[in-house]
Amino acid sequence: MHGRVKIKSTAQQEEEKRKEREKKLKIYVAARDACFSKRKDGVWDDEALQLTQQLLSSNPDFATLWNYRREILMHLETVKDEDEVQKIYEAELFFLESCLKVNPKSYGSWHHRGWVSARLPRPDWARELSLCDRCLSLDDRNFHCWDYRRMVVKMSGVPVDKELEFTDRLIGSNFSNYSSWHYRSTLLPLLHPESPEPPSPSREPPQSSPPPSPQTHSHRVCEEQLLKEYELVQNAFFTDPNDQSAWFYYRWLLGRAEREEMISCVYVSRDEERVAVAFSRPVNAQSVGLLLVLDGQPQRVEWRSVHPRFKHSPVWICDLPPGTISDITNEHNLTVHWTEKPTHRDCALYTGRNESWCRDSATDQELFRSELSVEKTSVLQSELQSCNQLQELEPLNKWCLLTIILLMRALDPLGYEKETLAHFQTLKEVDSMRSAYYSDLCSKFMIENTILKMEYAEVRVFSISDKNLTTLCHLDQLLLVTHINLSSNQLQRLPPQFAMLQCLEVLEADNNSIESLEGVYHLPKLEEILLRNNKISTLADLQPLASCPKLKRLDLRGNPITQTSSIESQLAELLPSVTELLL
Amino acid sequence: MAAEDLPSEFDVIILGTGLCESVVAAACSRVGQRVLHLDRQSYYASNWASFTFNGLLTWIQEQQAESQPDEVQDWSGQVEEGEDLIYLSQSDSSSISNLQVFCYTSEEDEEDDTPNTTEEEKGGGASEATEAADSNKEDEEETEKQEAEEQVAQDEGAEPEADQPCPSADPNQSEPVKKKKISLAQLVKEGRRFNIDLVSKLMYSRGSLVDLLIKSNVSRYAEFKNVSRILTYRQGKVEQVPCSRADVFASRQLSVIEKRKLMRFLTSCVEETEDQQAYNGRPYLEFLSDQQLGENLQHFLLYSIAMATEDTPTEVGLASTRHFLRCLGRYGNTPFLFPVYGLGEIPQCFCRMCAVFGGIYCLRHSVRCLLVDKDTNRCKAVIDSRGQRISCNHFVVEEGYVDAERKQTATPTRCVSRAVLITDGSVLPSDSDQQVSMVTIPPVEAELPSVRMVELCSSTMTCMPGTYLVHLTCQSVGSAYEDLSPLVTRMFHTTESSDQEERPSVLWCLYFNMVDGSGLEVEGHDLPSNMYLCSGPDGALGHDHTIKQAELIFQKILPEEDFCPPAPNPEDIIYDGENGNGNSAEGEELKDDELKDDEEPKEQEEELKEQEEEKEEEQGLESEKGQGLETEE
Repeated sequence: MHGRVKIKSTAQQEEEKRKEREKKLKIYVAARDACFSKRKDGVWDDEALQLTQQLLSSNPDFATLWNYRREILMHLETVKDEDEVQKIYEAELFFLESCLKVNPKSYGSWHHRGWVSARLPRPDWARELSLCDRCLSLDDRNFHCWDYRRMVVKMSGVPVDKELEFTDRLIGSNFSNYSSWHYRSTLLPLLHPESPEPPSPSREPPQSSPPPSPQTHSHRVCEEQLLKEYELVQNAFFTDPNDQSAWFYYRWLLGRAEREEMISCVYVSRDEERVAVAFSRPVNAQSVGLLLVLDGQPQRVEWRSVHPRFKHSPVWICDLPPGTISDITNEHNLTVHWTEKPTHRDCALYTGRNESWCRDSATDQELFRSELSVEKTSVLQSELQSCNQLQELEPLNKWCLLTIILLMRALDPLGYEKETLAHFQTLKEVDSMRSAYYSDLCSKFMIENTILKMEYAEVRVFSISDKNLTTLCHLDQLLLVTHINLSSNQLQRLPPQFAMLQCLEVLEADNNSIESLEGVYHLPKLEEILLRNNKISTLADLQPLASCPKLKRLDLRGNPITQTSSIESQLAELLPSVTELLL
Repeated sequence: MAAEDLPSEFDVIILGTGLCESVVAAACSRVGQRVLHLDRQSYYASNWASFTFNGLLTWIQEQQAESQPDEVQDWSGQVEEGEDLIYLSQSDSSSISNLQVFCYTSEEDEEDDTPNTTEEEKGGGASEATEAADSNKEDEEETEKQEAEEQVAQDEGAEPEADQPCPSADPNQSEPVKKKKISLAQLVKEGRRFNIDLVSKLMYSRGSLVDLLIKSNVSRYAEFKNVSRILTYRQGKVEQVPCSRADVFASRQLSVIEKRKLMRFLTSCVEETEDQQAYNGRPYLEFLSDQQLGENLQHFLLYSIAMATEDTPTEVGLASTRHFLRCLGRYGNTPFLFPVYGLGEIPQCFCRMCAVFGGIYCLRHSVRCLLVDKDTNRCKAVIDSRGQRISCNHFVVEEGYVDAERKQTATPTRCVSRAVLITDGSVLPSDSDQQVSMVTIPPVEAELPSVRMVELCSSTMTCMPGTYLVHLTCQSVGSAYEDLSPLVTRMFHTTESSDQEERPSVLWCLYFNMVDGSGLEVEGHDLPSNMYLCSGPDGALGHDHTIKQAELIFQKILPEEDFCPPAPNPEDIIYDGENGNGNSAEGEELKDDELKDDEEPKEQEEELKEQEEEKEEEQGLESEKGQGLETEE
């Protein structure tokens, strides 16, 4: 057909493009070589600036060239006056802007911009902020820009409330951007800190040791603002309950408390002439300045963790010099000082007693609620209500279910136990990829509940059989337990932390899948281990038991190891103290 | 008059520069057809045109002037053996009717007068109407309907059938605050800043027009802005409709439960389900109310998102809901785009594409009659308004040029009621005064139709800074004034509205009815077989009807050819020496355009001016593109 517009063929175009590329490459390589040789010769002139500019505008990720450029600029600073330097750096910022247009995520360009901004004699921070805003409006997850912006904000002292407004704006335009939420979480405690508690006598913690409050208030936000934040974040997760940003922020809002560091328990045993100390968090006792005073006399003792694997541990033990407390007719007073904090805990070993301990009778809040802050119960209750509303609409939403579980735990862990278990079951079904995580979390909560029950009953027996446990935790809380029943769970190992059960006499763990007994290690009072129907298969698996001096009874029925030939004699050799062996 | 004759032979002659004709022109020219594109008007885009304020005043005058019947000339001298003559209609004013203009601002700039002195100044043509309004002020809501009717009666009587923008009552009388209204004189002075569309439509971001603009590369000739929010009018208040995820999140009028329900509904209705099919044939409203969404959400979903009415069947409602949702997020938080400088740009962009590929343009140049071969019933040639015989293979024409007896249209004639308002504030003020809003308005009274309102801000280059350009559109029940003025009275402050709220004032407004182009039947016209009718603008919000029609016509003309394939990049076009100057000049023009496209939307006034000048240049170039063949008076 006539009159049609003629167009170059693809081959023609390709050829032209290829030639174009070749030409470009030649120029690039030549310029690069020129730069390198100039730098080698220590030349810091305008031509070098020109050359590096050309190269960097086509490839802003060439770190060596940026370095060279900085060398030149620093040299120019020494030979020019301030106005000229200002001009040079302004030109540099302008050039960088064009680089960022080419690649808004270039490490080199952003770093150089930060460097230039910091050296600029008269920086225009407002301009830099608006540059960041433009950049973030194009890509609100550009972390280079976020970083640079943080620097600009810091240098120019933007007021915190302006920054909070900035996060309002970003969250408004896209609430899936966790960067904005996270930034908000750093601003809120600065802008709306929790008002310091009035020093009224009723609320003031008693000066006596140990301080009862396990909470610190470092990152907390005032109640009024918190309520507003709850509302904001609810709007987000009701709008899109599958978006994790809002849920993570919500978790942060609900839980910001940290447990106070303290000595939670001191235990002393006359038989073993041994002292065990438990802390509220893992510490390295060798370096925190622990001082043991016995009857007014500081003792030189060697602290060791319960298992050689731990450099940090919540439980530390030491042996007293032989003979110091062995006479049962003597009364002894013991004090453990944590000189670094400073805090201490006393313990008295009375006449005729073989052992003694001192600890707080822990309540649920002090023990486990630190994950969620101790908000007013009414607030948590109303949060639980809105989550329940959402769950009614979205029964299979995992974020919602998990949050409900956490809220229930914060409110009344024992009262909500049944609901919690049901929600965990749903969670494992709707999010099967993470079912192991949910099982572990559920185990943790079940253990917490059992500890609470034990505390209320004031017994030293810990029984948690048939609860689908997949993992053990909070073992530091079981320092005083003499009898533990873990039967009929899904445990695969007794981890090194198990060695914290320093008072344990009987271990029942029938019907699990235990392969490893690593944690049954140097338990001085352990006499009986029941391990029927587990997966102990080699003699090496039983090796740790050899460190328990009082072990007498061992039940290994239903384990693969019983099939091994001459196992009985090998066991007798490994565990000479055992008198009753069931195979 | 340039005496140069047109070439005597073309492949396709197209009469009328509306959107449909222009798309056909571009499509034909693009695949190598020789196209002659004519329009009897002095402006492009027929009823799709955009006018400056002054241009619009001229257009109004023309519409009101009695069209003189052309003396019928005898062209039988040009008729060859075996040919018949078909005369085309020479006036097209029939598509516009019931034109009425009201001016609610003072004619001249006021000197620094104080409200005290206003009583004396009061006067002018509309004062009677004003007084009527004032006397009714106390009656409020209950009598508002009667009042409106009364107004109509008043206007018909007292208004001198709105010839010219008439002087109105002093605005200060009802507005004791200092804010000075922009006077008519200022509007006229700044008239070039206005681009007032005769048609009010929006582009669905995944609609057929946008697809075509992208596919054909015609989009490079224009710039677009997002409609920034969807509003609705409910219980006497303007509210924002939360439609995107960010809107729902930010919405203050929805409870969190409603937010969840809305998001759930919007997500779920993307897929067709059996549950939905069960409602086929039953009203969408019924389907919605069975979803237990609550009244708020039901209103948003029915009127604003599906843009349906209470009787719309479920399948239609769902289809338009889906279309709405598909369009969300492609370019912004609403489904719609609006071309900067107004909708009249779009037909011009296609004309431009046609010209780039060699099409010839003449404005103020029409076709008097067709020469039709008696045996084949094909149009062999046309006789233009200068009496030249030009032969062609195909003849495409806007329906307004064809006598009513020859075409099949829906009876009674369907019309669209339109109102164009220049106001001094947004119907929903917000942080930014540069919002482009689409407002869906359910019937405010039982007898009235539901209305679509588009409020444009000055950054769309359709009105002067400090003003908003408001387009109202609905299917006609009565005249445009009858259909729309009750709503205008309620939502805005005119001299007719009882005013105690903070509402934007109308400075100037225009009402008219336009024939709804969707009334034109596809088949059954008494016309030569190679003659194709293009309809004028239809009443729908999108452009699908027109684009579909253009594609159909193109396929009839050139069944083997691709419809608007992508235009090549200017640097890939090979120019041979022979037809050098014409084409190469156009190539350069394309490059200029590209540069222009790269520029960011202007915000500062200075830059605005620049762009305006550029725009004029463009138009200048465009007439050159007609290779100096455009007739000039």
